[in-house]
Amino acid sequence: MSESQALLRTEGLTKTFPGTRALDAVDFDLRAGEVHALLGENGAGKSTLIKCLTGAYRRDAGEILLEGAPIDPRDTQDALALGIGTVYQEVNLLPNLSVAENLLLGRQPRRVGLVRRRAMNDRARAMLARYGLSIDVTRNLDAYSVAIQQIVAIARAVSMSGRVLILDEPTASLDRDEVAMLFDVVRGLRDNGLGIIFISHFLDQVFEIADRVTVLRNGRLVGVHDIGGLDRLRLVNLMLGRELAEETRETGRGGIDYDAAPRLRFSGTGRRGAIAPFDLDVHRGEVIGVAGLLGSGRTETAELMFGAAPMDCGSVTSEGRPLRLASPRDAIGAGFGFSPEDRKTSGIIGDMSVRENIVLALQARQGWLRRVPMRRQRELADDFIKRLDIRTSDAEKPIGELSGGNQQKALLARWLATNPEFLILDEPTRGIDVGAHAEIIRMIEELCASGMSLLVISAELDELVAYSHRVIVVRDRVHVAELVGEAITTDAIVKAIARPAAEAGENAR
Amino acid sequence: MNGGAARLLRRIAPQLVTLAVILATIGFVFPGFFNIAFANERLYGSPIDILNRGAPVALLAIGMTLVIATRGIDLSVGAVMAICGAIAASAITAGYGLPLTLLMALGAGIACGLWNGLLVAVLGIQPIVATLILMVAGRGIAQLITEGAILTFNDAGLAYVGSGSFAALPMPAVLWLSVGVAVALLVRRTALGMLIEAVGVNRRASSLAGVSSRLLLITVYAISGLCAALAGIIVAADIRGADANNAGLFLELDAILAVVVGGTSLLGGRFSIIASLIGAMIIQSVNTGILVAGFPPEFNLVIKACIVLAILVLQSPALYGAAILLRRTS
Repeated sequence: MSESQALLRTEGLTKTFPGTRALDAVDFDLRAGEVHALLGENGAGKSTLIKCLTGAYRRDAGEILLEGAPIDPRDTQDALALGIGTVYQEVNLLPNLSVAENLLLGRQPRRVGLVRRRAMNDRARAMLARYGLSIDVTRNLDAYSVAIQQIVAIARAVSMSGRVLILDEPTASLDRDEVAMLFDVVRGLRDNGLGIIFISHFLDQVFEIADRVTVLRNGRLVGVHDIGGLDRLRLVNLMLGRELAEETRETGRGGIDYDAAPRLRFSGTGRRGAIAPFDLDVHRGEVIGVAGLLGSGRTETAELMFGAAPMDCGSVTSEGRPLRLASPRDAIGAGFGFSPEDRKTSGIIGDMSVRENIVLALQARQGWLRRVPMRRQRELADDFIKRLDIRTSDAEKPIGELSGGNQQKALLARWLATNPEFLILDEPTRGIDVGAHAEIIRMIEELCASGMSLLVISAELDELVAYSHRVIVVRDRVHVAELVGEAITTDAIVKAIARPAAEAGENAR
Repeated sequence: MNGGAARLLRRIAPQLVTLAVILATIGFVFPGFFNIAFANERLYGSPIDILNRGAPVALLAIGMTLVIATRGIDLSVGAVMAICGAIAASAITAGYGLPLTLLMALGAGIACGLWNGLLVAVLGIQPIVATLILMVAGRGIAQLITEGAILTFNDAGLAYVGSGSFAALPMPAVLWLSVGVAVALLVRRTALGMLIEAVGVNRRASSLAGVSSRLLLITVYAISGLCAALAGIIVAADIRGADANNAGLFLELDAILAVVVGGTSLLGGRFSIIASLIGAMIIQSVNTGILVAGFPPEFNLVIKACIVLAILVLQSPALYGAAILLRRTS
């Protein structure tokens, strides 16, 4: 098909949120009769792009063209009417209504204001027959599996829109057979001339179903490729981005005495359904990087080590003595700190002041009876505001009003105030501006030089290469490789992430 | 500390102004309203009566403020009042003596609070549902204790809690004022207040920062139960009898109203016990005002609702925003 037949196009699509540019002049095109995969790590801009297309967000700049004509969907209903339908990971239908009611809600056949139930059921059966599905449409939707619900959602979306279908992680909770069933439906729609945008974190599925791939990173378009001309490694490279390559690594390397007794030793620690048992030694003054795709078990590793998701097997020793890690309080008592991935829901206490956010962990460790004196609180806050260059009018401002980077710095301050020995940082640089980014990396290097041990999770491989003494690679909830010293290169990390499980043998622990 | 005092004043200014306006209005209509007399070693007069009659709601509001600050709510306080009043009455008539009677009644209140806290913090039941259980069951328990009748007693010591006076003030007023001051000092002089607010704003983040949010939640419900127990004792002591059907009936709603009028958000977080106490006094002033105005009693609830609505509208951020907009355009 030629370019001129683009069904849906965006030109220079831009969307800015306070502190971040979620979409930066993105050109995207979808042809009729193709499955087009949209890929990128979290925060790459996939969902922002989708939300602009479906009218959930209003774009700041750029054009959206449907069959060559500019459109401006105001909301999702508007987008539906224009021909753009969306099906989300969590089926957003009504589980307590029948399948037929779900399919035809709002446009049931009526006679003098009353729903004609039989006609509705007949019509619903006919709709599903087109998808090769013959089920009892009078039963409640929640009587059926998620896969069937997905197909019902697709049938509803297609019947209302009929030109573009967006599938946002439709397979996340499906098993293999269900995915196959869903993909049959998707192929059928494609052959009928629909344009389908497919979002998934499962690369295998992308290779199975997609015709073309668009990769986004940090809100920018990285490239558009035919699936035939791509291999796994290349695709992972595109998603993670590594144009800065090797030259950044120089500081703080070496000097770790791996023969000395480790500060912490995790032996066979794991948690069913979260992360397979792993061994890990943490040495003094060491930065351990953790790399892996989203959902690979990176965050689960951090939560397990901090006691936020308690381990169900294995043991931990600190300086040779056994250590119990059943809760964050245990971990904090042992001198741990943890800055979680999702700053908003798990990090900041939004309505409270910068000062209170900074002293919170220290206060929690001291217990409620021994209040940190107000003067000391102010000193601590002012000191960290200066040291970390937290941009705020004063220490009493609610932290929720700060930009992402400054919130992140205040969270770092919260843990530094407790003088931790071991600090776990989950994506400390995600979604923050360039200046704050550089400062946080500088902090990481300074902290490890002062003898603190750090475990840093990041999707930015260049960053990991720059400051890590060791890098653990996680894939499919297993620690699959460990790279040490000179062996740490973005190439090596990408290879370890991309390699199918069968070949992972030699480096696996 | 000066900055702190100024901040406090700014925080409670809307409540103070509201209270002043309501009192001034009543005073304007009934010039004798502010007359205070001294007799029998205590003060008498309508303002003193407001302090006295407002005691149960004020006490409930203290505990309710802490619970609401954790993004919770305690619907059971009215029923807990009935339980503890019933226990006090039956214990004193059974001859346990005043100290043991008070201890039993207050202990029962704490136990009720612990039960609520357990349901909320450990089992993870939504506060409104968890405390609804005791709200319904509690009154039944109280009726079982009193065996369905109004349990009267004649112990002068216990009656003193409800109708005695101390330092020229009625005992109930002395009690709520001192409990209010004690709890306000407790939460602000220790870190309890800050940790409660942190849990209310973001429980997950607080737990990850090492705050023992489970223990805190149980603690605030226990404090709420204790306050309700004291309110229940006062009500029973005042009428020298425990009325399981009517003691504290619907008072949980007045307590929630006092907290809301006091400007603490039902979404949890920042709280002010002093503002809630002023809120309780606002509600009692309205009650007393309607009473002295001599309206037919069937108007009372409607008038009260209108006044509360007016107060809340005056406090709403939307109106505040509109006022700023109006000033800018004019």
